[in-house]
Amino acid sequence: MDMAFIIETIVKIVVILLVFSALAGLGTYFERKVLAFMQRRLGPMHVGPFGLLQVAADGIKLFTKEDIIPQNVVKPIFKIAPVITAATAFMASAAIPFWPQFTAFGYTVHPIVADVNIGILYVLGVMAIGLYGPLLGGMASANKFSLISAARSAAVFISYEVISGLSLLAPLMMVGSLSLVDINNYQAGGIGNWIVWSQPVAFILFWIAAFAETGRTPFHLVANDHEIIDGFGTEYSGMRWGLFFIGEYANMFFISFVIAIIFLGGFGDGTIAGAFQLLLKVAFFFFFFLWTRAAWPDVRPDQLMWLCWKVLMPIAVINVVITGLVMMF
Amino acid sequence: MHSEPLNDRNVSEQSPYYYVDIEEYPTTGWDKFKQVVKRTFRGELFVGLWVVMRELVKFNIHTVKYPLEKLPIGPRYRAVHKLLRLWESGYERCIGCGLCEKICISDCIRMDTKIDENSRKEVTEYSINLGRCIFCGYCAEVCPELAIVHGQRYENGSEQRSHFVIKDDMLTPLDFLTSGQQTEYPGFGSINPNESVTKTPLAY
Repeated sequence: MDMAFIIETIVKIVVILLVFSALAGLGTYFERKVLAFMQRRLGPMHVGPFGLLQVAADGIKLFTKEDIIPQNVVKPIFKIAPVITAATAFMASAAIPFWPQFTAFGYTVHPIVADVNIGILYVLGVMAIGLYGPLLGGMASANKFSLISAARSAAVFISYEVISGLSLLAPLMMVGSLSLVDINNYQAGGIGNWIVWSQPVAFILFWIAAFAETGRTPFHLVANDHEIIDGFGTEYSGMRWGLFFIGEYANMFFISFVIAIIFLGGFGDGTIAGAFQLLLKVAFFFFFFLWTRAAWPDVRPDQLMWLCWKVLMPIAVINVVITGLVMMF
Repeated sequence: MHSEPLNDRNVSEQSPYYYVDIEEYPTTGWDKFKQVVKRTFRGELFVGLWVVMRELVKFNIHTVKYPLEKLPIGPRYRAVHKLLRLWESGYERCIGCGLCEKICISDCIRMDTKIDENSRKEVTEYSINLGRCIFCGYCAEVCPELAIVHGQRYENGSEQRSHFVIKDDMLTPLDFLTSGQQTEYPGFGSINPNESVTKTPLAY
């Protein structure tokens, strides 16, 4: 392991951290604007041109706000929980290829922090650890709404790990590799080679599971404002709450990257055009997270469990079996 | 549409009322399964997506940018009170009868009067405690001289609520009157500014 490799990796990590922290802020701006326009409102308008500096204002507010630790909470766990959410979200991004490899100043850059051969397994596993953020934060908060939220998040995340895992099994059987770069190269032939055409069911299932794992609106019951205030975030203030927020939005971006890379061809053959196509696909999936928030109602927790165990899991298993049979014969 | 056909609330062929079509709840397992399949593939989720996307594209924004734009308010909007003056003489309309003080249900009007040198009643102090006022409008309704009325000023940002409602704030300034800025509300019970409203004579 030479020095250049270490420096390159650190630079990549810093770039990813900075870019996606900023994107999380911009993501809130876009979410507020898109939701506002869909509801015939204007959204943030007064800070900066078209309210663009609202992001900066919110950031300053979050950073300078008093960090309140309530009296009856379990202090160490209460303090560490938001860090788990944000850290696991960013750790999961280590195995995601954000951009095809390119050569700058005679030096070939691989825009992926760690091209491990179990990439997608690592991503899903670390995202699953993200469960401990809401779970521990909610249980340590000494607040019954947070506790309900913690229980719900444990149920939802664990259940939908099954769906995301089983639905990914079929495409992975076809590709024969867990590395996201290999999965991407498998579809490098163009739009006809995208896995979504051969595995549409797995695509839909994984997409649904992505909503559950990021806790976005049809499955937003871990922090449903009208039932349990802000769920696990109720007792948090300032930047600790902000870390939960950054973690959620970073997760949305990363899961969008994962969907686009596994099912929609990723960056294709690795040209600049392919790379921009990847960004367009990610933008669409991110927009879809906001779109559904404006359009769809939330489901009840029991409906969510019903959907997971009685509908989606059997479909995922049948999908795996059929894929296996087709590959065998 | 006229409201007459809606007055007959019996459901019949002629009336616009009809029973909402609610399906029977499924009882057997097969019926429940059919309901689930129907609801799954009817595409209602896409209807929701289409509706919000249509609004996004139409960009028909309903926001009123409040400090820059204001909605029109009704001519008899009940905002902070005003004391008016007589058009012809500029004299105060208030005759100090005290009816508003009596009728005020939240007991927030206070006035002091004295007999002046013409043995005419003069109002020396008039104040409304806006901390208690519920803007019911009884004072304006009971006033026999149309002296106290509700104004249109609803932007009451101030360090103290009392800033609006001592007599000097409510009474129309004399230069406002001469430049015609004293307004009367239109409609039933209002006065015509062209017909002079005269001071009540002392003796009939």
